[in-house]
Amino acid sequence: MSKVKLTQGDEACALAAIDAGCRFFGGYPITPASDIAEFMSLLLPKIEGKFIQMEDEIASMASVIGASLAGVKSMTATSGPGFSLKQENLGFAIVTEVPTVIANVQRGGPSTGLPTLPSQSDMMQARWGTHGDHEIIAIVPNSVKEVYYETIRAFNLSEKLRTPVILLMDEVIGHLSENFERPDLHTLKIINREKTTKSPEEYFPYDEKEGLVPPLVPFGEGYRYHVTGLIHDKTGFPSTHEDQVFKLMTRLKDKILKNRDIIDKYEIIKEGNEKIGVFAYGSTARTMIEAKNRLKEQGINIAVMRPITMWPFPGNALNEFSKGIDKIIVAELNYGQIVDEVIRYADKNVNIIPLNKYTGRLISPQEIIDKVMEV
Amino acid sequence: MNTDIKLKYLRTDKLPHIWCPGCGHGIILGAIVKSFDKIGWKKDDIVVVSGIGCSGRTPGYIDTNTLHTTHGRALAFATGIKMAKPNLHIVIIMGDGDAAAIGGNHLIHAARRNIDLTAIVFNNKIYGMTGGQYSPTTPQKAKASTAPYGNIEPNFDLVKLVKGAGATYVARATSYHIALLEKCICNGLAHKGFSFIDVLTTCPTQYGRLNKMKSPEGNLLMIKNNTILMSKAESMTDEEIGNRIIIGEFANNDSSREYTELYTDEIIKKAMNKE
Repeated sequence: MSKVKLTQGDEACALAAIDAGCRFFGGYPITPASDIAEFMSLLLPKIEGKFIQMEDEIASMASVIGASLAGVKSMTATSGPGFSLKQENLGFAIVTEVPTVIANVQRGGPSTGLPTLPSQSDMMQARWGTHGDHEIIAIVPNSVKEVYYETIRAFNLSEKLRTPVILLMDEVIGHLSENFERPDLHTLKIINREKTTKSPEEYFPYDEKEGLVPPLVPFGEGYRYHVTGLIHDKTGFPSTHEDQVFKLMTRLKDKILKNRDIIDKYEIIKEGNEKIGVFAYGSTARTMIEAKNRLKEQGINIAVMRPITMWPFPGNALNEFSKGIDKIIVAELNYGQIVDEVIRYADKNVNIIPLNKYTGRLISPQEIIDKVMEV
Repeated sequence: MNTDIKLKYLRTDKLPHIWCPGCGHGIILGAIVKSFDKIGWKKDDIVVVSGIGCSGRTPGYIDTNTLHTTHGRALAFATGIKMAKPNLHIVIIMGDGDAAAIGGNHLIHAARRNIDLTAIVFNNKIYGMTGGQYSPTTPQKAKASTAPYGNIEPNFDLVKLVKGAGATYVARATSYHIALLEKCICNGLAHKGFSFIDVLTTCPTQYGRLNKMKSPEGNLLMIKNNTILMSKAESMTDEEIGNRIIIGEFANNDSSREYTELYTDEIIKKAMNKE
């Protein structure tokens, strides 16, 4: 019997979280992400996991950090307004280096905005939403299958690098139903938290001598250490000494930027003779591929690039992609957020042309085709 | 003897603490670690969680698993820890701004769930660390750095609030009445369910300075004079009690089931039988 089932993006996200080993979900109702919480409330207790609907978005973010500190893989899901509320504690997870996954099923904003309509307008909120200097990992899947595999990758990156990872879906990807076959667990590569080889006396939760990502021992296992959102030394206790601040802040940056080989992911289709390229992500990337196929039927070849990891931005890959191309159209469901990154990294001879829609409606393949013809 | 017990549970290399001379927080910290010893918990099995402010620094001095979170959110972090590992004993230390203002929502919901956490409020009626701004427990007419003409806002009765929200252990103690303080913390730790202890304490540096009571002993005596033990109040008329605040245990019952236990018994069992 075929294991293929019609599956929704939000459901694939929940299934993947469970397959990745997530056993705690702290949520708060918000459209269009509530489905993830609903699936988790149903599925987690079947495997002795825990689901809790917290009193607000801030509390749900706090609860997943708490659960993770106790050694349980955790996740929360939200949409734009809730993502704003989670930002302070997201920063706490970054500086305290507690792994967790946050799904943001984007909708139109600002404020309550367009709750049931698609948008890609939280790209910069994901990058810079929490205060202070920080690096962040954010992933933008574009299909149900990819939501599944990228959710697993989000958990793996989060555990491996001891950092929160953001899954940036949009309303279309969250509510889209596609045929999907859930893989056998043994075919998946699941990364669990590294264990320390040190005794409690020798263990320091932020010891830079352990490398860019020191192991994190869960609370309650005989290692009594301190965790604080203040800038801290290797022991976890606050420090304002310049060398300590420099060490921690630099390591937090380096552990992301020096692990680009496992973080970066993108798709490029380019034969080499194209004069026009299109750059898009998430649901808009689906439109882009359709436009490319239709143009091909008319004998027009365009190159396409789609980042799967949005942050850190795949700048080098984009630069390589842009070489030899005259014009790159950057299609986004927002005023134009990622287009500036494209301008920043593309070959300086390339003309960058934004194509934006911020009305809660998708960009159609024809609109991309028209733009290609126009330029 | 007392000193030995206290030192057993303290990170002595982190002392002296950062609190001002005359601050009441150290008295409460002493009562907490003595209660740990009395109840006999292993240090490895205890997690102390705090928010932000002067009280927020308390976990740093306690030799258990310790977590200094964001302002007002200690209870939400603690809820996640308790759900993940229900065998851990979790104590939450909050200031009055932490617990009643920015974190007020978490306080009433943790109480409503009756989750097995022990929440202790270091209630000095002021935002100390940020310079003496008024809090939800600042009395009317009291001065604060943001109430130079006197505070016009009615203050929260945290005991009534948390009891009303469903907590099954609720007490009010002070940093003057040490015996009562230790008794309430011990009973709160031992209680299965949400325990709440409102500890009235002093801030000579901010509250005292702004309200013409600079001396530490004067601040403590103010607490003594403004409170009355519940055991005494019970046989007194309202007139005799006057404006004094009643201290003692206001709830200690098992009227509702503990949350994590209920989750396992109700939800996990149902979900697993279904399959």
